[in-house]
Amino acid sequence: MTNSICLLLSTDHQRCDELFTAAENAVHDHHWDIAGANFQAFLRAARRHFDVEEGILFPAFEQQTGILSGPTQIMRREHAQMRELFDDLESGLGAQDRDRFLGTSETVLVLLQQHNLKEEQILYPMADRALAAGVPQLLQRMREHGVA
Amino acid sequence: MHESAGYSGSAALSVDQAPPILVPFRFFLTAPLFGTFAALLLLFLGPAAWASRWSAGILAATHLMALGFLTMVMMGALLQMLPVVAGAPVARAHQVSALVHPMLVMGTLALAWDFLSGGTRVMAAALALLGSAFIVFIAAITASLLRARAAAATVRGMRLSVAALPLTVVLGMSLAVIRTWHVALPFATLVTLHLAWGLGGWVGLLVIGVGIQVVPMFQTTPPYPRIVAENLTPMIFSALLGWSLLRVLAGHAAPDSAGAFIFLAALGYALYAVITLALQRRKRRRIPDITVRFWRTGMVSLLACALCGLSVLWPGGRSPMPIQLTWGILAIVGFGVSVVSGMLYKIVPFLVWLHLSARPDGRGRLSNMKQIISVRHANIQFWLHLASILLLCGAALAPGWLARPAAAVFACLNLLLGLNLAGAWRLYRGLVSGSARS
Repeated sequence: MTNSICLLLSTDHQRCDELFTAAENAVHDHHWDIAGANFQAFLRAARRHFDVEEGILFPAFEQQTGILSGPTQIMRREHAQMRELFDDLESGLGAQDRDRFLGTSETVLVLLQQHNLKEEQILYPMADRALAAGVPQLLQRMREHGVA
Repeated sequence: MHESAGYSGSAALSVDQAPPILVPFRFFLTAPLFGTFAALLLLFLGPAAWASRWSAGILAATHLMALGFLTMVMMGALLQMLPVVAGAPVARAHQVSALVHPMLVMGTLALAWDFLSGGTRVMAAALALLGSAFIVFIAAITASLLRARAAAATVRGMRLSVAALPLTVVLGMSLAVIRTWHVALPFATLVTLHLAWGLGGWVGLLVIGVGIQVVPMFQTTPPYPRIVAENLTPMIFSALLGWSLLRVLAGHAAPDSAGAFIFLAALGYALYAVITLALQRRKRRRIPDITVRFWRTGMVSLLACALCGLSVLWPGGRSPMPIQLTWGILAIVGFGVSVVSGMLYKIVPFLVWLHLSARPDGRGRLSNMKQIISVRHANIQFWLHLASILLLCGAALAPGWLARPAAAVFACLNLLLGLNLAGAWRLYRGLVSGSARS
């Protein structure tokens, strides 16, 4: 499926992952300026990704399937957990506290990856099937919000 | 709409549903104890145990590791990972784990005791306990894997691995019956099959199936080539199956075609090891990672094992005893214990954090993984692990010199792994009971 929710959002995951790793590598090397720039770029990308999911994809999915307390609810909860950890990372970065940043980024890496896995393997394919005819319009709206 | 009924089924709702923390932890925390038992046994027996892979000491130590360490952790990990990786949680995971764990513990101890005491005393009890543990576990996991609809390549690897498990168990039980009650069946052929399905099927296929998914994710490597991810585990499984059928039907009479099958299986494992090592060289994250180190050690051992395995498993081939022993050490400790330890260092701190953050009162108290298991302690444990692989292989070649030093280092590494994991568990219990009091 070349033009699917799964493809669009999985590609966006990869972009976020790359920015996150770049920030971690820079902190590891004590390059705080580069780390700051990469981390801010990551934050913008990740927050946009969460917003697009919570504002566009999840409501459409819930409306179509009638499942309100299912996977979308769990994904929202994990987004909230990640937003909290992002705040921890930001203050670690502000204090130039390498150990704190890298200790927390380890948690974020695992949380983020298992979250992405569940979305890419389960939720996105389900959404592609459930929303079928509505997918092109949904993709268009997500792209308008900067996910590309 | 018509399809929506399907989405409200259990697979749809299963994206989370992580089981209670004790479900995997009771398995994880027990494994280093069995590693320590195996090490102390080898320390006590000294060079005499290394005379042959058939010695009581080696048989007992092998099963303490294969069942008490590897199978122990793999069972806990499967119960934990199925909801995430396959979207199919195990029904009644808590009851399954509470039932299977004590039976596996007691069954493995009984089996080891039977080997050491010269047979027949407790074999019937060992068989009953282990048989029941595996029946419950396999039934629970199979029910979940049949429902799984996600992650084709990984789920396929898991299914094939879990299919290899009953074969291993039935072969092992037949061997026990032959040995204990002197039934006339081809012992040597069944041993080889038991070994191949246990290590090359159950352990190896699970590692490949899960590794194809989690190595790129957690070790930030490029993905495995699609053709490998899709076809490797079915290829190895088919090769093992073809080889087994020939061995059973023709015994040693059909060496050439059987050899081709075992060559194919070994080639599959060598290929996986080489590709994983190559991917690890291209990982994006430059931060030293204990999991990457353990996996790298595991893959180098796997590669050595695949080459060495050809000489051990080749039909009709008789390789020298030290080579046979070395193969077992590389397979169980070099490959199995390495990848399992690497996974534990990733999953245990995360689960502690996950379950703490799920509690409203524990939230935010611990976001730094390095507070859960100290990086320094994990690193020391890694170097002890590396030393023990080399020393154990050395002990196979020169038991007079190295049997006891190898066993001593192996005991230390298992104790330290146990302390590292128990420390994470104590921290969790402390924070939970602390927040309950306040």
